[in-house]
Amino acid sequence: MLAWTIYLSFAGALACLLTPRANPRATRAVALGTALAGLFCGLAGAIQFKPVNGLEVITRVRWIPALGIDFSLAADGISVTLVLLTGIAALAGVLFSWNVERRTNEFFAFFFALIGGVYGVFLSLDLFLLFVFYEIAIVPKYFLIAIWGSTRRDYAAMKLALYSFIGSGMVLIGMLAAYAVSGLASFDLQALAQHSFVPEFQRWAFPLVFVGFAILAGMWPFHTWAPTGHSAAPTAASMLLAGVVMKLGAYGCLRVAMTLFPEGLKMWQHELAALAVTGIVYGALVALVQKDFKFVIGYSSVSHMGFVLLGLVTLNEVGWSGAVLQMFSHGVIAGLLFAVVGRMVYDRTHTRDLDALEGMGLTRAMPFASVTFVIAGFASMGMPGFSGFIAELQVLIGAWQAFPKLALLAGVGIVIGVVYTLKTTATVFFSDKPAPAEPHDLDHPLEPITVPERLGAALLIFCTVVVGLHPRLLLDIIVPSFKSPLFDGLRKVAGL
Amino acid sequence: MNPADYLQLLTALAPEVIVVCTALLVLAVDLLGLQGKPHSYRMSIAAGITTLGCAAAVVWMFINPTVGNWHGGMLVIDPLNKTVKAVLLLLTVLTAILSVDCKFTRHVGEYFALLLLATVGMMLLVSTEELLMIFASLELVSLTLYILVAFNKDSRQSAEAALKYFLFGGMSAAFLLFGFSLLYGLTGTTHVPKMAEKIFTIGADPLLTVALVMVVIGFGFKVAAVPFHLWAPDAYQGAPLPSAVFIASGSKVASFFVFAKVLLLGFSQLGWGDEEKATGGWIPLLSIIAAVSMVLGNLAAIKQTSVRRLLAYSAIAHAGYMLIGFLAPGGDAFGSLLFYVTTYALTTVGAFGVLGVVESQVGGDQLKDFAGLARRAPALAWCLMVFLLSLAGIPPLAGFFGKFYLFAAALTNGAHNLPFLWLVILGIAMSCVSLYYYLQVLKQVFVVEADENARPLVVSSLSRVVVVLLAVVTVLLGCMPGWLLDTIHTAIGERSW
Repeated sequence: MLAWTIYLSFAGALACLLTPRANPRATRAVALGTALAGLFCGLAGAIQFKPVNGLEVITRVRWIPALGIDFSLAADGISVTLVLLTGIAALAGVLFSWNVERRTNEFFAFFFALIGGVYGVFLSLDLFLLFVFYEIAIVPKYFLIAIWGSTRRDYAAMKLALYSFIGSGMVLIGMLAAYAVSGLASFDLQALAQHSFVPEFQRWAFPLVFVGFAILAGMWPFHTWAPTGHSAAPTAASMLLAGVVMKLGAYGCLRVAMTLFPEGLKMWQHELAALAVTGIVYGALVALVQKDFKFVIGYSSVSHMGFVLLGLVTLNEVGWSGAVLQMFSHGVIAGLLFAVVGRMVYDRTHTRDLDALEGMGLTRAMPFASVTFVIAGFASMGMPGFSGFIAELQVLIGAWQAFPKLALLAGVGIVIGVVYTLKTTATVFFSDKPAPAEPHDLDHPLEPITVPERLGAALLIFCTVVVGLHPRLLLDIIVPSFKSPLFDGLRKVAGL
Repeated sequence: MNPADYLQLLTALAPEVIVVCTALLVLAVDLLGLQGKPHSYRMSIAAGITTLGCAAAVVWMFINPTVGNWHGGMLVIDPLNKTVKAVLLLLTVLTAILSVDCKFTRHVGEYFALLLLATVGMMLLVSTEELLMIFASLELVSLTLYILVAFNKDSRQSAEAALKYFLFGGMSAAFLLFGFSLLYGLTGTTHVPKMAEKIFTIGADPLLTVALVMVVIGFGFKVAAVPFHLWAPDAYQGAPLPSAVFIASGSKVASFFVFAKVLLLGFSQLGWGDEEKATGGWIPLLSIIAAVSMVLGNLAAIKQTSVRRLLAYSAIAHAGYMLIGFLAPGGDAFGSLLFYVTTYALTTVGAFGVLGVVESQVGGDQLKDFAGLARRAPALAWCLMVFLLSLAGIPPLAGFFGKFYLFAAALTNGAHNLPFLWLVILGIAMSCVSLYYYLQVLKQVFVVEADENARPLVVSSLSRVVVVLLAVVTVLLGCMPGWLLDTIHTAIGERSW
């Protein structure tokens, strides 16, 4: 069932492309159908999910026997969580791009090609297959930003494409070297994870692969593609970039770099944790001084993704499951934030400048947007009751056990997060500054919030609240995943 | 030799004979029957005869299971070179079909006859293990290609390109011949496998290194590797489109195959050279040539505004990647190289097919001429995206698997200390660079809007079919590389390296 998410998305991409250019409504219908079908398959797969030894093998076919490559898909709790996230983000993305009128068919074709690649990465058990899906996701991102983007879209799109490609190049080097050195003549992740590579090899291969993936996860100092890319992208693409594409990177770190080279993680644990915490604090501080509404959210993504990376390198189960939960949580919350900023505010006011927005009295003009943003802001700053709280708490507990000093610093990052979120909310929606003499909403009446937007916002808020109130829903499937043979080496190194 | 032997030789050579007869037939039909008919009619008839002839040759090769070795390696027929010949014939057919829409010459018969003669040269080139025969057939290929480049008599650029190509080519032939004569002097034979045995007994010898360098220079010109690449951008830009296609595809495939054969078969003992005797082998030499080709080709391509020159520099870069394949162990070297060069050739033909349409309809090959192609010719635009992304090495396209296999094969040679890791890293880094300039073209196609008064392009159904078919093949070979790979591996498997 889960595998159908991949096939349906690619089929949907093709179907969208083939709908007539002059009929955006048909394209939208196909897109909505594809997104719903994907989410449905993901949910059905999650309900039927019956792992054996922490892992459910979905399909396994010889693909390129000459190089020992299989078409093998499998899911553990981590994959299922992220597949669900992708389904939610895809559906919300379609709802929030209901107003794309220019080249609609191509827009949704690229959109679903990206989604298909993302589903594929989360479900691959063969390293080659995983890499193929990982790279498939690069090109649609470029075109989504370059064609439908806003500010400095050429620059942002090219930067994003090159950063992603360089990251995947690093991964490719590491994976080819692992293939050659292991002598197994196989790209099966389980086989490679059970092969113990010599420590000297792990010493350089681990950081290469980890950083290669972490570039896409927005690890400081390779995060600079993220704010520019997020701000230039059209709303749905920002939601996907922050919501799921950054998770691809983090997932790759966990699934490939850490399981293949656990000794390497041990060697580089402290350096990577330091980088992650730097990202948390730096992202938050930079978000504090941004003038562009989308850049605030862009840098906050860097900061929140720092928690994911910090959780991953803690080498304990609390940290890992916190990191996975944070991936889900941030995916939903960042999607919501970008939806408000990009779709509700920017598409109507045509400005993202905080000073300009200050005088518009947006609370009165768009009460729905302001309420949504307040909820999203609370979720983002880690208020109890939302998913972000439980995720970041787990990461901090895990980090406290591994590196107490850094955990303190990360706590500081949370505090700064509260500051910039409140400050931005106050500036944009609750400013005392009197409206200009000629009120903005008279010469450009802001169109009301549409039904698809309301539905999308409700979906995302629902997800973050449900997971926040009942985190065991996801934790119960995430935690057993770490018992699977894939993580044997990692558990041994961690002394679990 | 009794008559029965001649008959057997004739059956073995039948594909070449068929192609030669087709060349004469095209010439005769055009000169005797079609003068005064409309140009496109003549072109279609000639391309049709060419296609039929090549198809007949392929069919003959596959229904006639003859394998063997005649006249001490002068003519060798084995499954491997049969496969290569089938690829070459396919590329000839594609070139012929793409020629139909081009209006660069009135001499239709002569043009197609030369194209077929070049094909015969390539077929002979890949089915011999004899240095003399290699040289003779290489000259047949080169001379016909010089004329094909100069075929547009109205264009000064065409003449300039041909002259440049001829001068460089002549020089490289001299180097090659010098290398071959040294080899003959040292080993007393021109048969490549025997030569390899002799080299084994002689061991490392400085004179042998000189011969080796000469041979590498000679073939380096043919495959356009740095620093012997200078002719390529001009020839690609000045030549009539189908001639450029053929140089970029057919000539590449044949040259790489024979280059690999001479080096891997003939010089297998001289891989790393011998430090004590101060003689170098071909592995360090080719590593350096591969590295500079990748770097220079990719960096120079960034600056190009003409798509033809961009493809030329990218061809130089790709020659660099392919040289990495030489460093893989044994059969994998041939396997990865053949897979790469075949898929590369097919993709390049496709890219040139789209380029040809743009040139004839918009009037130039500059980047700006591609603006808004997605709106003006959507099918071609998507196909171009497939071709360029395949060249950049994006999965799931053929070019990605080609690179992947090439790099994986090179790394598995000496897996303990990974001697070629630096080269693979450089190759992957340069692929990132290449993505930049391929995206520059695609940006024009998809992102930049065409002028207000730009009309949809009129694409002939023939070009459209060829281009779409090639795009489909590129995708399929990327998703199911096993099809081609298994064929190549079976063919290699029947020879022991």
